[in-house]
Amino acid sequence: MIKIANAQFWVHDQDEALAFYTQVLGWEVRSDVTMEAWNFRWLCVGPAGQNDAGLVLMPVPGPPMLDPDDSAQLAELVAKGAGGTLFLETDDCQGAYDELSARGVTFNDPPTAQAYGIDTSFRDPSGNNIRLTQVLEFDPARR
Amino acid sequence: MTNPPLARHLLRARDLADSRYFEPLTVADLAAAANLSPSQFSRRFKRTFGEPPHQYLLTRRLERAAALLRTTDWTVTAICLAVGAHSVGSFTTSFRRVFGQTPRTYRAMHSPAESHLRVPRCVALAYGRPKNRTFREDSSVGEPYDRTGTRSARRTP
Repeated sequence: MIKIANAQFWVHDQDEALAFYTQVLGWEVRSDVTMEAWNFRWLCVGPAGQNDAGLVLMPVPGPPMLDPDDSAQLAELVAKGAGGTLFLETDDCQGAYDELSARGVTFNDPPTAQAYGIDTSFRDPSGNNIRLTQVLEFDPARR
Repeated sequence: MTNPPLARHLLRARDLADSRYFEPLTVADLAAAANLSPSQFSRRFKRTFGEPPHQYLLTRRLERAAALLRTTDWTVTAICLAVGAHSVGSFTTSFRRVFGQTPRTYRAMHSPAESHLRVPRCVALAYGRPKNRTFREDSSVGEPYDRTGTRSARRTP
């Protein structure tokens, strides 16, 4: 069997991302170790209670991985929202929306009924998209 | 509509301790989440979950602190603050009472976080590459990277 272990987002600032995912979203730090020799910090977070999958928060790399132009372009693409999406599930979309709104999260859209459930979305500080869905029995009439 | 059982209110308080343990939560905050007075709450929490709420919250913080000692290279002070404790002294005392050793000793008893980090090979290859890639054989390859070359998969983790 093949399973998802970790997914990865490019982030502009790892400290800012860490604060968001832990203090705002309420996730836990899975590992955070800096390897001085590589000038690299492995930072992985994940939801409490789901230990078999995590999200690696990688800094937008510079040379030698990416030249400065590519690095700047990648940072800008992430800021423009083209970095990708993480799809999350909850058993209470409205409750999560209210709770995260109270903690300062700006949502892209309010909880909205869809054929597959109720969902909403928000962004992390770098601009990565996070979709939050409460899955319900499929019903084309719901929307 | 029937009132939910008391345990449902108590569970709401325990969920709050589980999810926001790193904030300066008090028993009064937990009692408010359960919609009970603090004294009533503490008694009923203990009867339902087997330990008093302050102990539950402290245990949760210490459990997270132990995980952070094993999986990060943060300082003990940083870990103390990250789990919602505000005094390193009392944090260390509580930690020693539960784990039988100080946070520093606990960390030393475990292999360093870096040694069991599962950094994927592609990331290790990408970030482990030498920053200065010149062999001084040809000035054209003395650049830190070859912008004219084919973009190889090595560049992407």
